[in-house]
Parts: sequence; structure tokens; C-alpha cells
Amino acid sequence: MAESDVFVPKPSLPPPSGSVGVAGWMRANLFAGPFNTALTLVALWLLVSGLVPLFDWAVLRGHFSGGDAQACRSGGACWLFVGERFRFFIYGFYPAGQVWRVNIVLAVTAAAIGALAWPRTPGKRFLVPAAIVGVPALTLALMHGGVFGLPVVATDQWSGLTLTLVLSVVGIVMALPFGIVLALGRRSKMMAVRTLCILFIEVWRGVPLISVLFMASVMLPLFLPEGVQFSKVLRAMIGIVMFESAYMAEVVRGGLQAIPRGQFEAAAALGLGYWRTMGLVVLPQALKLVIPGIVNTFIALFKDTTLVLIIGLFDVLATVHATIVDPAWPAIAIEGYLFAALVFWVFCFGMSRYSQALERKLHTGHKRN
Amino acid sequence: MSESAQPKPDVVIEIAAMNKWYGPFHVLKDISLRVRRGERIVVCGPSGSGKSTMIRCINRLEEHQSGDIVVDGVTLNEDLKNIEHVRREVGMVFQHFNLFPHLTVLENCCLAPMWVRKTPRAEAEAAAMTYLERVKIPDQALKYPGQLSGGQQQRVAIARSLCMNPRVMLFDEPTSALDPEMIKEVLDVMVELAEEGMTMLCVTHEMGFARKVADRVIFMDAGQIVEENEPEEFFSHPKSDRTRLFLSQILEH
Ligand SMILES: Nc1ncnc2c1ncn2[C@@H]1O[C@H](COP(=O)(O)OP(=O)(O)O)[C@@H](O)[C@H]1O
Ligand SMILES: [Mg+2]
Repeated sequence: MAESDVFVPKPSLPPPSGSVGVAGWMRANLFAGPFNTALTLVALWLLVSGLVPLFDWAVLRGHFSGGDAQACRSGGACWLFVGERFRFFIYGFYPAGQVWRVNIVLAVTAAAIGALAWPRTPGKRFLVPAAIVGVPALTLALMHGGVFGLPVVATDQWSGLTLTLVLSVVGIVMALPFGIVLALGRRSKMMAVRTLCILFIEVWRGVPLISVLFMASVMLPLFLPEGVQFSKVLRAMIGIVMFESAYMAEVVRGGLQAIPRGQFEAAAALGLGYWRTMGLVVLPQALKLVIPGIVNTFIALFKDTTLVLIIGLFDVLATVHATIVDPAWPAIAIEGYLFAALVFWVFCFGMSRYSQALERKLHTGHKRN
Repeated sequence: MSESAQPKPDVVIEIAAMNKWYGPFHVLKDISLRVRRGERIVVCGPSGSGKSTMIRCINRLEEHQSGDIVVDGVTLNEDLKNIEHVRREVGMVFQHFNLFPHLTVLENCCLAPMWVRKTPRAEAEAAAMTYLERVKIPDQALKYPGQLSGGQQQRVAIARSLCMNPRVMLFDEPTSALDPEMIKEVLDVMVELAEEGMTMLCVTHEMGFARKVADRVIFMDAGQIVEENEPEEFFSHPKSDRTRLFLSQILEH
């Protein structure tokens, strides 16, 4: 025993120089071999040749102040037009004296989303139902009015970015739970439930959103009894929610299918019933798997709200479009559309980044094989 | 058979003339088996002989088509109440562990006690920690299953089942998916469990384990119980030639 060799591991050495640090990173990522180097140079050239003129037009020669279109005659981007019409883009036809109501709604919604998205907010268990009930109620009460002595602002007047946000937040908040229910229904053992869900999903998914909106605005009133009518915004909202929840259902179903049978069996063997198995074991895993697909659907939904233009509603893009034909501001189409694009990009990019952060946070797989 | 009509407090599982088909395939044929409280039974047999199917019928992960299964005095039938009762009282350990990967070890153990038995969280966690100590991994409580070795995962799975205070534990080849050096740590836990008096029904090919703890060994082939005996008799004097052939195959190496 005393004679036996004692195993002493060799000391760890630092990695060879040039494989770490800035130089190492550049060599590995930008200049690894002639092909990679050539691609890097081409990409660099494309970036420079595209960005330099854009920067020149938008910033160096851009106009940021001045009273009217006269100030923009020297060429270059006319940003003061965007500044001039900013309120219109945000609030649309909402009465100017009442926009504080919109501001409160937007602030509360933003605060609620922020609080729910922030990982360390306490009491989320109560915050979630409170937000789901409270925010729509507040939105309706404040923006529509007719209560607390607020003058009524008909939903026809909801427009601009406000309308885009109302439609998409409602769409996002409703489409996910509906989609989950539909996906569960589609996998149900009960024939009637399954058939209904399949029918719903396949019908809504098979129709373009434009025709859904058309039907919601033109055909739906024909089927409603005389005297019953509800606003175009509400109809568009319902159309969007139905349409997107059919898509969401298929995304969620993809996640459900990826959960191994052993998970269902382990949950059943422990005595968990159907709803607890789904709610505590299966859905948390399935939804996590399809976060990219869910957010993809959210982003598509957000951009799809622009289609309400077709039934005469004014979302943010429509307000931009309407201003561009204004004779007082000739030749400012590019700035207007760029602004609209930027607005959409900011929201979509925000959702995308949040989903990536969420995926990282929820990553518990630690798969080694 | 007239005696089976009387209530028998010490019988935990009673299977009588049970048959099961997968479509046209008759997978279980006239299975009859009685497990008393505190009994340790090992089930072995060639692959595809219906061992898994049989023990999965006991907690209704599979449905039988004829015959009776009575667990803890409750007859398994269509009635969801009965099925839920049986599943609460029967623990099961799977070949592939089937831990919930999105929950920590501790949360895996507390899930069912909290949601099925309505145990308060603090109490459930305290109980879970004692069971994790019994399977010798209290220090892994806050890790996720994906961070553990196979043997550790299987021990967590055993602890998770024990947290429900089951009257009987079913094991379906608990060591077959493990690397050789991890088999022993799981078997040790199972031996301890057996010595503490847990009623156990184990599908396993670990004949050392069978010799050590089993009260009875059951040999299945082609959906039937071919032979049933005390371990010493079973290994030294197998009655049927089918059993003899099987034993020669698995004890060869
Ligand atoms: N879901 C199923 N559908 C059809 N046949 C099955 C199914 N599950 C198992 N079987 C068949 O039933 C037989 C018994 O399987 P099983 O109980 O898993 O055997 P064992 O556990 O003894 O290896 C096998 O022939 C298998 O192919
Ligand atoms: Mg098996």
C-alpha cells in the first residue's frame, strides 16, 4: 500500500497567445483563411457604401428644425415633417384635448408589461391576473369614456400608433391563451372537442387576414340581428384574435408534440390529473421550446395590424400614409415611411430581444449528449 | 377463489385473471398475482414478455380489458376517482427516470405532494429533504435534473415517488439505462428501501438484488406468468425449461 504511486495531475498552462483576446477573436471570426477574409472585406465594403450616403442624407444634410416645408428645400432628409406630424402619428384622430387619456393608458400598459417582463418583480402571481383584467378595463373606460364624466370618444376615432398598440396588445394577450386551449383541444382524446378545434384552426388558418377583416367589417353586420352593432375596431380585434390564435395553436402544438411520453406518464403516476399535468409539467416545457415560434407569431401579428387600413381604420402606417399626400409637404414620402418602419422595427426588435433573454433565463436543459 | 371475496387488509395488490390486448395482439394472458403488504417481488423475463405492460396496468398507465385489478382495496375501472386514488397510493420508478427537466430536484419532489396531497410548501420541502437524504443526494436539491448523472437522477426519481408516501412502489427496470458504475448506488437505495419494509414490485434483471431482498421471483414469458418461487428455489431449481434457458442466458456472463 505504502509503495503505490501517488497520481499528481499536470499543472494547467495558459492557452497559446494569439488564440485569445481581440487579436484571437479577429483571427477566428473575421480573417480565418482567404475565403473568410474576402467575405469580411466584401461585407465591410457593402456596409460602407450603403451607410455613408444614408448618413449623409439623414444626418449631415438632414433638417431638424424650421417651420414648414420651405425649410427643407435644400435636399436632405426633412425630419421636421415627422416632428410636425408626430402627435398625429401617435394619436391619430383622437380629440386633441383628450389625449391625456391615451397617455395614461399607454403609460399604464407600458408599466404593466415592464413589471411582468422584469424577472425580479415581486408578487407576479397577483400581478398577472390584475393586469389581464385591469389593463383592458382601464383602456376601455379611459379611451372610450362615458364613465367618470369623461366625454365619449367613439372607437372610430382611435387611430395612429395608439390603435396599432391597442390592436396588437389585445391580440397578443388573447391569442396565446386561445392558441393554447386550441392546441390542447386538437390533441384531446374527446372526438367532439378535437374535431371542433381542428375545424376552427384549419378554417381560420386557411383564410387570408385581409378577407377575415373584410368579412368582419362587411359581412358580420349582415348576420347580426337588427339593431345589434358593435364597433369596427372591436370587430377587427375579434378577427385578428381568431386568426392569430389559429396560428398560435399550431405553434403550441409543435411544442406539445416534442414532450416525451415519459413526462405525461411520470405526472400521471404521481397522481396529477389532466389539467395539472398540462399546467405544471407539459405546458411549461412545451411553451419554452416554442418561444421563438410564439414571438414570431407575435411579431407577425404586430405587423399584420397594418391591414386594418383596408377596412378604413387608421393605424400608424395609415396616418403616415395620409400625411404624405398632404400638398403642404411635397416629397417627404421617404421620411414618413422610414419613420413608420422605425416604429415597427423598435417594437419587433424589442420583442425579439426579450424572447432571447427569456430563453436564456429558462434554459435548464444542460444537455450533455 | 372464494376467499378473495373477503376484504384482506394486508393485500395491497390483487390481480385476478387479467387480460390485455394491443389491437389484436394478446399481450397479457390470464395474469393473477397477489402482493401483500411488505412483500418484495421481483419480476423477470425476456424482453417483450409483457413485464412493463403488467406493472403499468397496476397504476392504469395501461388499460386492461378483462379481469380485475384491486389496489389498496380500490378496483381499477373507468372511474377516474378510483384511478386517481390508486395513483396517489402507488409510486412508480421508470427506466428512463422521467424527471421534470424544467424543475429543480427539490421542486420535482414537492410538485405532487403540494398539488395532489395539498401539503403546504414548507412541509413538503422538509419531507422532500428527508427523502433526498435517504437517497443520499440532499446536496443536489437545488440543481436541475440535467445537471445530474444517471444514477443521481434515478435516486431523485425514487425520492420523488417516496414523497407521496406510497403504499407500494413499482420499479420498471430502474437500472437498465444506467452505466455499470452507477447501478450499485441505485440498487443500494432500493435494498435499503426493501429493508425498511416498503412493499415493492420490481421488474429487473439484477439477480443479485433478487437473491438479496426478494420474497418471490416471478418469471414471465409471452404474456404469461410461467413460474413463481422463492429466490433460492427459483435460481437453484427452476421448474420449467423456459425459465432454465432464460436463467442460463442472463447468468452466463
Ligand atoms: N403501445 C403498444 N402498442 C402495441 N404493442 C405494444 C405496445 N407496448 C408494448 N407493446 C408490445 O407488447 C409486448 C410487451 O411489451 P413490454 O410490456 O414492454 O415488454 P417487456 O417490458 O417485458 O420488455 C411487446 O411485444 C411489445 O412490442
Ligand atoms: Mg420493459
